Amino acid sequence: MTVSFAAQINSVLAALILLASFGLLVQRRIYGLLHIFAWQGLLLSISAAVVGYSAGLHHLYISAALTLSLKVIALPYILYVLIHRLKIHREVEEVVRIPTTMLIGIALVVFSYHLTAPITELSDLVTRSTLAVALATIMLGLLMMITRKKAVTQIIGFLAMENGLFFAATSATYGMPLVVELGVALDILIAAFIFGIFFFQIRTTFDTLDLKAMERLKEEE
Amino acid sequence: MENVYSALMQALQLTIVVAGAPLLTGWVRTLKCWMQGRRTAGLLQPYRDLARLFSKDIVLAENASWIFRFAPYVVFGATLMAGAVIPLISFDLPLGATADIIALVALFATARFFLALAAMDTGTAFGGMGSSREMTVASLAEPAMLMSIFTVSLASQSTSLSQMAHVITSTPLVLRPSLAFALLAFILIAVAETGRVPVDNPATHLELTMIHEAMILEYSGRHLALIEWAGMMKLLLFSSIGIACFFPWGISGHGDPLMLPPAFVILAAKLALIGIFIVLVETGLAKMRLFRVPEFLGSAFLLATLGMLSFFILE
Repeated sequence: MTVSFAAQINSVLAALILLASFGLLVQRRIYGLLHIFAWQGLLLSISAAVVGYSAGLHHLYISAALTLSLKVIALPYILYVLIHRLKIHREVEEVVRIPTTMLIGIALVVFSYHLTAPITELSDLVTRSTLAVALATIMLGLLMMITRKKAVTQIIGFLAMENGLFFAATSATYGMPLVVELGVALDILIAAFIFGIFFFQIRTTFDTLDLKAMERLKEEE
Repeated sequence: MENVYSALMQALQLTIVVAGAPLLTGWVRTLKCWMQGRRTAGLLQPYRDLARLFSKDIVLAENASWIFRFAPYVVFGATLMAGAVIPLISFDLPLGATADIIALVALFATARFFLALAAMDTGTAFGGMGSSREMTVASLAEPAMLMSIFTVSLASQSTSLSQMAHVITSTPLVLRPSLAFALLAFILIAVAETGRVPVDNPATHLELTMIHEAMILEYSGRHLALIEWAGMMKLLLFSSIGIACFFPWGISGHGDPLMLPPAFVILAAKLALIGIFIVLVETGLAKMRLFRVPEFLGSAFLLATLGMLSFFILE
């Protein structure tokens, strides 16, 4: 496998990751969201492995394996159990209508391309062009957190943002040091547990997972 | 000598478009019957239908104006003109230089515009409803179609279909995410433009769901035959646009008559495969609600735009 072929595969994966981000934005069903999130994690882990193979950096294999076990298996499973226990099967409620969200998303992709264009000229890695996609993934995750009402979908948006950061790290700098990556992975896992506890707390307090209800939390005057 | 060869190619191409279109429709219908466990009417049934309609008299509404009588010829003519531009078996098309992909989309739009006018001309409720629905679908499908084709144009640096197909066959194969996105978007748009399930059902006459059929309810005799024939040609032409933009391998080059028979066989095989694909989709999916169509075409537009963006970002 030559370097340019690896770069081609990586750009196809980048395109698919971007597509998955848009999939998260337009998906209405909550289990569908989980599936797309797991697919995005899988693409991310393949991409890390391809970059690791083409650059001869073996620690990227470890982060690929970590991504595979955490983002494809563990996190979707934890969220699945949570959703099942909380009995949320209804459709996702959005603040902004979905076609509008899609258009905003396209504008964000253009914006992040514009933003990363000068940075990519400084780098000489073969995978540098995917930096724009990584930034766009982060932005789209943020957009998803803003436009959704329910806590669970906001968490998925947050995790999608983390996917974008990870992709930026592998594509722009061939991965972070292993210690950092292990730390982040552990953080994400702990965060998922804490989110779970929060979900139950929010629901017992408000009888709903709609975060708009939190606006009622005011001190009495 | 070269001119004669080109003119011959053009004539051959038009013959394939006009004569082959009912065969493709017949193939799709036959396959569909097999998939659904029904008896088939045979591959040649569309030809018999057309012959029957041509031999019948025309029934005109009393208040029908010249537009109503004029429209079938415009629809057939515009579709035929489009068929002269898209390379089917050879890049040697003298008329190919007259119209690029933008003019091609405009030709289809002209046909649709006159059909919508004619449907409103007689003043029936169904005609107006059909026109309004058709124009809604068209106004959403056309920008997405242009976006998707422009992505291919960017990759091949030309807007002429023959040139685009030629560039794609002559450059070495690389993985291009932009073209994959453009292809996905094109499939969604082609489904909407040719009026297949899940956007429209070509076999229905149910007033709640029909789009294209509602417009041609008032037509009879040879007018109806021309419109039906143009519809079959449109299916063939959209398949050929897809082939020319995304899978052009096998189309014979300039001044290469020996390549023609294999090119013809390859074209037939590709069209047969497309037919199988259409039937699998139509059997597997239900027709979607009319109000979901804008979202369907919106995602086609999104895919086409992503294709164009990934051309700039990743390639």
